[in-house]
Amino acid sequence: MNEQTIAEERLELHPIEKWLRSERMPHMWCAGCGVGPTLYAWIRALDRVGIPREKVVYVSGIGCCGRGSGYLNMDGFHTTHGRAIPFAIGLKLVKPELCVNVISGDGDLFSIGGNHFIHACRRNVDLLVICTNNFIYGMTGGQLAPTTLLGDRSTTSPYGNVEPSFNTPHLADASGAVYVARWTSIHVRRLEKSIAEALQMKGFRYIEVLSPCPVNYGRRNKLPEPDDIAKWFRQASVIRNGANTSEVQIEKGKPLILGNFVNRVGKPTFYEVMKELEERVRGR
Amino acid sequence: MRKAVLTGKHFWYGNIAIAEAAIAAGCRFFAGYPITPASEIAEHVSRRFPQIGGMFVQFEDELASMAAILGASWAGAKSMTSTSGPGFSLMQENIGLGIMMEVPTVIVNVQRGAPSTGLPTLTAQGDVMQTKWGSHGPYEIIALSPDSPQEAFNLTIRCFNLAEKYRVPVVLLTSETIGHSAGKVVVPPEDEIEIVQRKKPEVPPEEYLPYKPDENLIPPMACAGEGYAFTTTGLTHNEKGYPDTTAEAQEKLVRRLNDKIRKHLKDIVEVDEEKMEDADIAVVSYGQVSRPAKKAVEMAREDGIKAGSIKLITIWPFAEHIIHRWAKQVEYFIVPELNYGQIYLEVKREAAGEAKTILIPRMGGELITPIEIYQEIKRVGEK
Repeated sequence: MNEQTIAEERLELHPIEKWLRSERMPHMWCAGCGVGPTLYAWIRALDRVGIPREKVVYVSGIGCCGRGSGYLNMDGFHTTHGRAIPFAIGLKLVKPELCVNVISGDGDLFSIGGNHFIHACRRNVDLLVICTNNFIYGMTGGQLAPTTLLGDRSTTSPYGNVEPSFNTPHLADASGAVYVARWTSIHVRRLEKSIAEALQMKGFRYIEVLSPCPVNYGRRNKLPEPDDIAKWFRQASVIRNGANTSEVQIEKGKPLILGNFVNRVGKPTFYEVMKELEERVRGR
Repeated sequence: MRKAVLTGKHFWYGNIAIAEAAIAAGCRFFAGYPITPASEIAEHVSRRFPQIGGMFVQFEDELASMAAILGASWAGAKSMTSTSGPGFSLMQENIGLGIMMEVPTVIVNVQRGAPSTGLPTLTAQGDVMQTKWGSHGPYEIIALSPDSPQEAFNLTIRCFNLAEKYRVPVVLLTSETIGHSAGKVVVPPEDEIEIVQRKKPEVPPEEYLPYKPDENLIPPMACAGEGYAFTTTGLTHNEKGYPDTTAEAQEKLVRRLNDKIRKHLKDIVEVDEEKMEDADIAVVSYGQVSRPAKKAVEMAREDGIKAGSIKLITIWPFAEHIIHRWAKQVEYFIVPELNYGQIYLEVKREAAGEAKTILIPRMGGELITPIEIYQEIKRVGEK
């Protein structure tokens, strides 16, 4: 039996094969990384809701998670650091019929892109934003992020982080997002359900996905094995749907509060208020 | 519903002419941030777009504005932003992305005195080299510079056409003086305005390679939601649009990004030459300074000095073939500009020892007068 026949015999298509650019595999993410499971949950949710592939747009920024748009078989835009949201807004406002998603990391969305995040929440632009929060800058080698927990070591906080970290669900909630949730990349079913719920809503929807980075976060913070962070997530997670987002700050040694926190209905999207304005002006 | 193209005669500020020209060119997405002396463009667009079905968004900053017009263009719209120096600096980041992803879009820079906050309300031409080199890396860009509200109108339309044709961000490099000068602007009938649309793919989605160039080195452009399932990135990429961070891919891609402009120099470069047939002295100018420059040439001619004028309408790519040709005839190039020598350096490079190049610099804040240019012509003419 030659090698080719063996390969053919073993060939079994991945359940989300039609969404993948299989010729680009293997991907670049490390063992234990949470980006893959997050994208998997998102794709499953797209299938579950029944959104056709032609309607889906994936905009990403820079970093490990930013590379996701190049692995999926759909219209994908790998943009500049921090600018995925405004880029996506331009796309969405011109073609409101598209399902525009921003999936990016915590550094991209909350450090360099933080201003765009809060303004997009405020405007209620019709986007689904998923943040894979791994508490660190993974791609560049493990530097301090605005989500790094107090006391954590990174390559630029070698004596332990002294800065408080963002509570990103609270930030989104306070800025006006209509849907806010937090899950982890090991809660794949709940995450998928949450994404599916968000996909069926309109307006600015935000889901934070706590995501392991064994190589650049765990290794320096006493969680060195590929599954150590996943174990931490499993042990510390407490699901509290509807929790007050001001009480979900992540702190070392305390429970990780997960759940679907915010679900505001009836708030018009930015596109809708702009079209209403247009009708008012034209009706004069 | 108000009309999009306001055919007829108007008395418009340069900034208003730019906004109306964008509308006439088919621009229906504008993202911007307030800044003196460019704000009138955004203000006018914010009033006009709801009348004609365009989308105007005042973003949180120029970083977002520039990103948004790229996204809008990828959705198929003609898009634009306007700004001045400090905002133009912030836009450089995503101008680079626009170059790399090959996105048609238009950026208007109403120049003011600089560096830094500089002279917000006063004129300058200090951003010429920034327009060429402001984003990191080796690239070619297109920039046009008008000398009047009418020309601002005409060139804004040309900016959109060049952006669509070459899949590149195009800069209208204007200035406070043009933006805040009122003049007669004739808007032609809609069907007489030449409008260029980007080339679309003619192959089925399964055969489409988003970065496979045509014979002119420009790849046909699919847009989001058209079923092509393409991917694009600011990383060095191959014809499939996939990241390919190798020296070979870099060589192939970056050469093409430059060559698609360089090889079409004659199509892109536009100059306005006057009294050059027998000229010994050529005044090379652009934008607002070309008006006193032309006047100075007339004054010199009255004195019997063989002076001529070369007005650069296209600033980038530089009109190197034209300057090179005239360098064989003239003895002197005189370059008056509102900076400390930018286009002067380009002219000097092309004069390449065949003609002398003289700079009349002014740091900005006020114009160079015809008399000052005339005196310089006279000084070298009498040598």
